[in-house]
Amino acid sequence: MAAHRCSFSAVLFALWGLSLLTVARGQEATLEGNDRTAVVDNPESVAGAAEQAAGQPAAEDRRWEATAVEEVSPTEAGGGSDSPAPKPAASPPSVPRPKDDFQEELVIRPLHSGDIYTSFQFRTLWETDFTRENKVSHYRLFPKSLGQVISKFSVRELHISFTQGYWRTMQWGQPYLPSPPGAELWVWFQDSLTDVDGTWKELTNVLSGIFCASLNFIDSTNTVQPSASFKPLGIGNVTDHRFLRYATLPREIVCTENLTPWKKLLPCGSKAGLAVLLKSEKLFHSSFHSQAVHIRPVCKDDQCKTTSWELRQTLNVVFDLHNSGQGKNEWSLFKMFSRTLTEACPVASSSKIYIDITDNSQGEQFELSPATPLLSQAVVLGDRRTFSVYDLTQQITFGTMRSLNLLIRGKSSQGDMLRPLLHAERYVAGYGLQTGEIHTLMYNNHPYRSFPVLLLDSVPWYLRLYIHTLTVTSKGKDNKPSYIHYQPSKDRVRPHLLEMLVQLPPNSVTEVTLQFERALLKWTEYTPDPNHGFYVGSSVISSLVPSIVAMDTNNSRERPLFSSFFPSKEESSYFVRVYTEPLLVNLPTPDFSMPYNVICLTCTVVAVGYGSLYNLLTRSFQIEEPSPGLAKRIANIIRKMRGVPPL
Amino acid sequence: YINIYSGHTNNWAVLVCTSRFWFNYRHVANTLSVYRSVKRLGIPDSHIVLMLADDMACNHRNPKPATVFSHKNMELNVYGDDVEVDYRGYEVTVENFLRILTGRLPPSTPRSKRLLSDDRSNILIYLTGHGGNGFLKFQDSEEISNVELADAFEQMWQKRRYNELLFIIDTCQGASMYERFYSPNLMALASSQVGEDSLSHQPDLAIGVHLMDRYTFYLLEFLEDIHPASKTNMNDLFKVCPKSQCVSTPGHRTDLFLRDPGSVLITDFFGSVRKVELTMETINLTDPIEQLESGELQKEMHTYADQLPVSEIIHQKPKQKDWHPPDGFILGLWTLILLVFFQTYGVKHLKHIF
Repeated sequence: MAAHRCSFSAVLFALWGLSLLTVARGQEATLEGNDRTAVVDNPESVAGAAEQAAGQPAAEDRRWEATAVEEVSPTEAGGGSDSPAPKPAASPPSVPRPKDDFQEELVIRPLHSGDIYTSFQFRTLWETDFTRENKVSHYRLFPKSLGQVISKFSVRELHISFTQGYWRTMQWGQPYLPSPPGAELWVWFQDSLTDVDGTWKELTNVLSGIFCASLNFIDSTNTVQPSASFKPLGIGNVTDHRFLRYATLPREIVCTENLTPWKKLLPCGSKAGLAVLLKSEKLFHSSFHSQAVHIRPVCKDDQCKTTSWELRQTLNVVFDLHNSGQGKNEWSLFKMFSRTLTEACPVASSSKIYIDITDNSQGEQFELSPATPLLSQAVVLGDRRTFSVYDLTQQITFGTMRSLNLLIRGKSSQGDMLRPLLHAERYVAGYGLQTGEIHTLMYNNHPYRSFPVLLLDSVPWYLRLYIHTLTVTSKGKDNKPSYIHYQPSKDRVRPHLLEMLVQLPPNSVTEVTLQFERALLKWTEYTPDPNHGFYVGSSVISSLVPSIVAMDTNNSRERPLFSSFFPSKEESSYFVRVYTEPLLVNLPTPDFSMPYNVICLTCTVVAVGYGSLYNLLTRSFQIEEPSPGLAKRIANIIRKMRGVPPL
Repeated sequence: YINIYSGHTNNWAVLVCTSRFWFNYRHVANTLSVYRSVKRLGIPDSHIVLMLADDMACNHRNPKPATVFSHKNMELNVYGDDVEVDYRGYEVTVENFLRILTGRLPPSTPRSKRLLSDDRSNILIYLTGHGGNGFLKFQDSEEISNVELADAFEQMWQKRRYNELLFIIDTCQGASMYERFYSPNLMALASSQVGEDSLSHQPDLAIGVHLMDRYTFYLLEFLEDIHPASKTNMNDLFKVCPKSQCVSTPGHRTDLFLRDPGSVLITDFFGSVRKVELTMETINLTDPIEQLESGELQKEMHTYADQLPVSEIIHQKPKQKDWHPPDGFILGLWTLILLVFFQTYGVKHLKHIF
């Protein structure tokens, strides 16, 4: 389905609407001069709106100053606050935010192995209430297809991701947004919904049409209701897990047909702004590609009395040094995406590129050009990182060539990457097609602190788990989990669900082992390529990991998008989710190629083998006189007729 | 009175590739090249149902990901940047194909997966894959026979789901698939006769497989010359890929078609008709619904949920399970126990219980 986006006419309509608003407000201010609140609010709003309508750069200059640090080197700026605001009064609460707001950003992080990690985030905020009686009918920046999905299916939160490849934590560090291989969908429904299972089935079908993916294969055999993991990421105080559904399709592939509708959800489409870089031929030629859509309600402002809906579209790519980089540690926007940037999206209020230069304080790791005076610091993944910022809304960023092509030239890589504090592995052990064992290893690399992790395992019903063989060992000793929730599977109805809260001791490996038996499927249940194997979805490990610097618990402040995805409640730890590898297990598969020959052979063997045995067992031998010659037989017949005894 | 105008108001296309596995790359390339031509000539994605049984573009064996080439030396990427596949992977089955044609889909099927044609629709159906005398193989595990296909078209005719239908098939012995048609207004083309094999065109040494089948290759070449306003007719389409180029003999069937093929334009099926109505009257647009300010109504402050509330989790009470009446097995077991008890001890002991 083609979603038509007329960005130019939308911009015109927006400008026309804004000018109408300023005229209307101006009239109101003159008419209601007595009202104190009107006088206080309206002049500022008139001023703000007038400024907005008159010149975009003026209002935005004020906003950029709040986050930019002028020429301060990272070592000096350790003032305690994470994003320095030299003029606190400059973050204006009285500038009226437009009803919907779009921001885009790109974060580039050169990795120690020579690869490069890029993360796009597009966020649309919209103050509206989908759950109200009067239906929303006027969509501007928020895509209509998703808005209708939210209101029709009473969705409170929706998270869907499509990933190709596996995130290698030990080589690349932690991602800003984790995702498992394949497709993953988890949804929190509103608590006013009565039939959650029926709505879930319809929702998966509708999403399969929107994203051109086979999400309609999500049914009760791969859906689970986690009881402690996957708490809502948006605001809300209801955590009754009856309204949560989680499903993964590890076999799902991601290709251009998933990227096309994803791009069409953006306000500017792929025609302006950062989305022009999203060319499928380069994006899928990578080690890791993940695109996701996250919808959740967030706080509108600091007081958090009202909510607005946030739609985040994220795209994470890791380009490989040898595949895309041709072996040279020299990356540029043109080399990665075969495009350069020429303008920001006109409807975006903020459009920025962040390059992570924390490990490059003296320029020893890589060289970045063109140079930029803007620097920013943010606390993300428990660490304070420094970023060079390129602001695409400023014309000066594009220089004389009117196009921005960032160049990151790597020098000899020195030093090791900081070891990630938590990572996990999983594999299947055993031999043969009858039994096996699942091993999950969780590594805690912190030298002295232990922290709890919540392990969620969803295993399909055709691997029959023996829960009595579950063992959790750390450092050779038994480690009893403080919480276990196990829901056994039902053949062809429900998968296994295992959730455990395990305390990982410092600097240790915790191993969880579980034995299983493989089931024999009915012959119609095999896929057309059964010898490929059957997938078991990734385990999810959610944890609060101790952070190196204090996290910012004020979740409503303006922060770069990549640091504000997971809300943090305490300063000493941050929330992280790690996904393990999916497993590929072979089930006992019949030979589908020669049924006729097999039947013939089997029947022959059965007939010959069983038949002869039966004869041997049941045949009885009787003695029989040899039959007399023909003359004697005729003579016997005549004698019988005469009544004389035979010869 | 001979009707030379088609009288259709909308165009649909159902393009199906039925083969799985990497060495059947050419079937996916066939379908995508027809998809590309049909899109170029004007049929929008919402009117195309594209079914690909396997993913070749992002297959791990593809040396150039997100591309599917039709010409060797990688001249033409038929996958492109703007493609929407409606049925992919395991969803391409005989049942789904017949359900699309007859319109009998479950109610929750999204619009992009439905063939919403009416009695003024011209439909193009293109099938490719491995076939034999009277059947077409779907995904190496099931087949559709020519009788089933003919019956499906008859159902479509009874339900008035098409005005005219063009059926193109590129498989071995493809002409057997249209032998059994009996509904009116059907025109069919096949790449080979019964007893002949359709052959593939050229391999590409970098990708390692054959890229296209011969018939569709020359069909693509023919279609590249067509533009939305061209007046080429069906007789030229029947001449595509003669035996010298195709090695097999393409066949066609027009006896069920009411119009003369010489008056049928290629764009009647491959292009798209848009009916435009001009009006001079002004239409008043209603104002958008005003959002009422509800800021003063809710006073309570919202908070973000705690992502890993350890103490809450440890002290979680087990969920109150819904009470189900006892299952048949439990009832039977208790009945047996009671029967055995009363048999051994006699009924007079009942008074001790009650």
